[in-house]
Amino acid sequence: MATVVPHTVRAGRGVELALLAVALLLGIGAYAQVGLATTGTLPVDIVGYSAGLVVLALGLHVVLRWRAPYADPVILPVAVALNGVGLAMIYRIDLAYALRGRETSFAERQLGWTAIGVVLAGLVLVLLRDHRTLRRYTYTAMVVGLGLLVLPLVPGLGEEVNGARIWIFVAGYSFQPAEIGKIALAIFFAGYLVTTRDTLALAGPRVLGLQLPRPRDLGPIIVAWAVSLGVLVFERDLGTSLLFFGLFVAMLYLATERLSWVVIGLMLFAGGAFAAAQAFSHVGARFDAWLHAFDIDVFEASPGGSGQLVRGLFGMASGGLFGTGLGRGRPDLVPFAESDFIVASLGEELGLTGLLALLALYLVLAQRGLRTAIGVRDGFGKLFAGGMAFVVAFQCFVVVGGVTRLIPLTGLTMPFLAYGGSSLLANWVIVALLLRISDSARRPAGAVAPVRGDGPTRAPDEIADDAVAMPSPADDQGTELIDVREVPR
Amino acid sequence: MNTPLRRVAMVVIAMFLVLMGGATSVQFFQASGLNNDNRNVRTLYREFGNARGPIVVAGDSIASSTPVPDPFGYLRGYSNGELYAPVTGFYSIVFSRSGIEDAMNTELNGSADSLFYERLQDLITGRQPQGAVVELTIDPVIQQAAWDALGDQRGAVVALDPTTGAILAMVSKPSYDPNLLAGHDTAAVNAAWTALNADEGNPMVNRAIGGDTYPPGSTFKLVTAAAALEAGLTPTTEVPAPDQLDLPLSTATLGNFGGSSCSSTGTTTLQNALRISCNTAFGQLGLDLGADALRDQATAFGFDTPLAVPLTVTQSHFPDADAIDAPQTAIAAIGQYDVAVTPLQMAMVSATIANGGERMAPYLVAAVRSPDLTVVEESTPISLGRSISTTTAMALRDMMVGVVADGTGTSAQISGVSVAGKTGTAQTTEEAAPHAWFTAFAPAESPRIAVAVIVENGGSAGSEATGGRVAAPIARAVIEAALR
Repeated sequence: MATVVPHTVRAGRGVELALLAVALLLGIGAYAQVGLATTGTLPVDIVGYSAGLVVLALGLHVVLRWRAPYADPVILPVAVALNGVGLAMIYRIDLAYALRGRETSFAERQLGWTAIGVVLAGLVLVLLRDHRTLRRYTYTAMVVGLGLLVLPLVPGLGEEVNGARIWIFVAGYSFQPAEIGKIALAIFFAGYLVTTRDTLALAGPRVLGLQLPRPRDLGPIIVAWAVSLGVLVFERDLGTSLLFFGLFVAMLYLATERLSWVVIGLMLFAGGAFAAAQAFSHVGARFDAWLHAFDIDVFEASPGGSGQLVRGLFGMASGGLFGTGLGRGRPDLVPFAESDFIVASLGEELGLTGLLALLALYLVLAQRGLRTAIGVRDGFGKLFAGGMAFVVAFQCFVVVGGVTRLIPLTGLTMPFLAYGGSSLLANWVIVALLLRISDSARRPAGAVAPVRGDGPTRAPDEIADDAVAMPSPADDQGTELIDVREVPR
Repeated sequence: MNTPLRRVAMVVIAMFLVLMGGATSVQFFQASGLNNDNRNVRTLYREFGNARGPIVVAGDSIASSTPVPDPFGYLRGYSNGELYAPVTGFYSIVFSRSGIEDAMNTELNGSADSLFYERLQDLITGRQPQGAVVELTIDPVIQQAAWDALGDQRGAVVALDPTTGAILAMVSKPSYDPNLLAGHDTAAVNAAWTALNADEGNPMVNRAIGGDTYPPGSTFKLVTAAAALEAGLTPTTEVPAPDQLDLPLSTATLGNFGGSSCSSTGTTTLQNALRISCNTAFGQLGLDLGADALRDQATAFGFDTPLAVPLTVTQSHFPDADAIDAPQTAIAAIGQYDVAVTPLQMAMVSATIANGGERMAPYLVAAVRSPDLTVVEESTPISLGRSISTTTAMALRDMMVGVVADGTGTSAQISGVSVAGKTGTAQTTEEAAPHAWFTAFAPAESPRIAVAVIVENGGSAGSEATGGRVAAPIARAVIEAALR
């Protein structure tokens, strides 16, 4: 006999404020340390810089108090900490480049992008009062997402950077459209799967103890597979391809609880990638640079060699357990130290200790996202939050895995840490969306939304749609925990 | 949908564990392999980017690193570069390093095991890591005196403290300016390197300890005399001293310097034979003693034995007994044939005699100090064992005093000081002028300095040169500086 124990949910804004203070201290302290270690003095703009970061973080905090008082209190501080550490490292790399006579202002621009990203996140929180609104744009999101994915292939717009064609150049600014595209695609997948998952979950033939889907339901995964292979072959980027397909398979699994989808997905991708590596020399070269990174021919090949990867490994190795200390390494010896290889730069100067701490922060971020998905009551929200949390974690896996040579190197960048406007904007929007969903996930039932003027936003039928318990996945539990390490190989 | 979400959460944890494992593998397990990869320029850059410790002589830095605004961070500079180049060596971004810069590299760059606690302190206090200070045994006054006395002649001077083995001076001429190789302009460094290597004077060869060894000439008679005394002869023993020594197994004869006669009677005392540097007497002694005894005595003085001070010293050589026949032994006994020595070796022979027969290990580094000048390592004199008995040493000392007082080495006389010495004039080839040698110590009764001087091919005196005329005055100047 269950009894309902009334309890008050702690909104967590106080906790968030305290954690924000820690996060800001980390970012600003790192920034100050860079100045102290390189020039012996605090950076000249330390006051303005600190004030800027504090205003941005507190601004978003105030927006949360106003528009999403029950939002998860950990997500924002983690994002601020990662963004702050990234800024300090990028500033440090600016200084290292300057010492070699290369004037860059990555840190300044990254700070600008941070401001835009945070403002954008605030706008999302203010304007998007209920994440379920997004479900209306399922197919618009598909068009936008796929459009963004293939945008770099448009002649004159896209350009090949470091072997991969995943950038577009507009008016002197460069973007990685796939970063924004992944949000649109997550919306599309969530909206599409929440309506079709019953069909996709229907049982088909059973092979080797695995409940396969009906062959006629294979259509969507084949389409997603074809698109991701298209990205691999034409944009020459394993990362974007892997990210897109991984997101789809993960969300397909979340929607259907059918492990068979994951197995089919992995086999399709592995087979496709292998075939592509055989058929297209540029794809094969990427695998060569990974498998035979230390061969002198591969090391010296340019472009497409393993020089950057191996130099990154040298950097991380020189950092060792405790690192050289901020400002005391030579991150500038690795090409793209501020973007693709920021992880190697951080590994060098903060050491293994620092790198593990950063990875732990990402893990916390992803887990809070997944917790949000578990807590939210509607199916679309669950899929969307789960998908975005997974895509952040998966992107970390692809980037760090690439830099540490666990998987082939890709052109993706580390969320929040790496230099790059598109990545920063996309990830701040993801954070805003997760915060929005977590607000409805953590809001006690019956609590009145503090949103004034537009009445209840939750339609009863939508709650009913997904609150129904799913059929228990009795048959494939034993093989649930598949090893994701198999994915890239 | 919560069950798959929980499983995805587990998968995410697994992914991060894999990443953490990957990072640990690179930064811990593979780290030393990656750091030692020869394509890894970081090790080099880090080496150059550190504040390298100075090399100090009598409290003054002769090599030090100053911060410069370029990617290397620090520029190595040498004050009085040419004077000390044989000791300091160079420190180059292109051509690695030599001399003390090389031999004491881990101390200078701060990575030596002995500096562990300094590194620990740096880590804890956040102080910029700095290399240790290497303090040399060189006495700048003696070094300068040797440099000046050698003038423009090619050659080398080594001075030792006979009681400790401390190297007080090490001069080699011609020399070079290590600043030329320490610059960060690769093209200029390459040009300087090419020019220095093309220079027929071989300025980068440290003649005092390395490069080519020299025939010791008559200075080797000290070793032969030591062997004779150890074999039971006394300074007053009459030894055969013919005008011409017929060499066995051959038609050749051995004559005296300038064809002169050692004695009207055909014999002379051992003491007198050394005083006038009688070739025939020592040739005969060599025949009588045999190659084995000569070789054993030479080895006891340090021939054919590896030595590092800590710069690696080329081994001086006396031929193997089975590689040398009787006539060759006679010629080897007067320091010709295949006998080859470094000036440091000859200084060591004098120093050993001065020290009563006990040979002290020569050393250049007096102390290693941490950047805050606390002593990390201090050199203590090390005995390499007894080369000759005290009696033999006393006898040799008196005989050497005779050389300077009234023999071939009179130009090394210093008023009020009894100098013990031995000249040498070593033939090289028919055409070339002989090398002029002089080795000495002083004061004879309580020695404070032992010195060896070589002037290649007679120096400015050319074919007229003898050890007494060309090399002895240089030794005198060095001794005077030491006894100032």
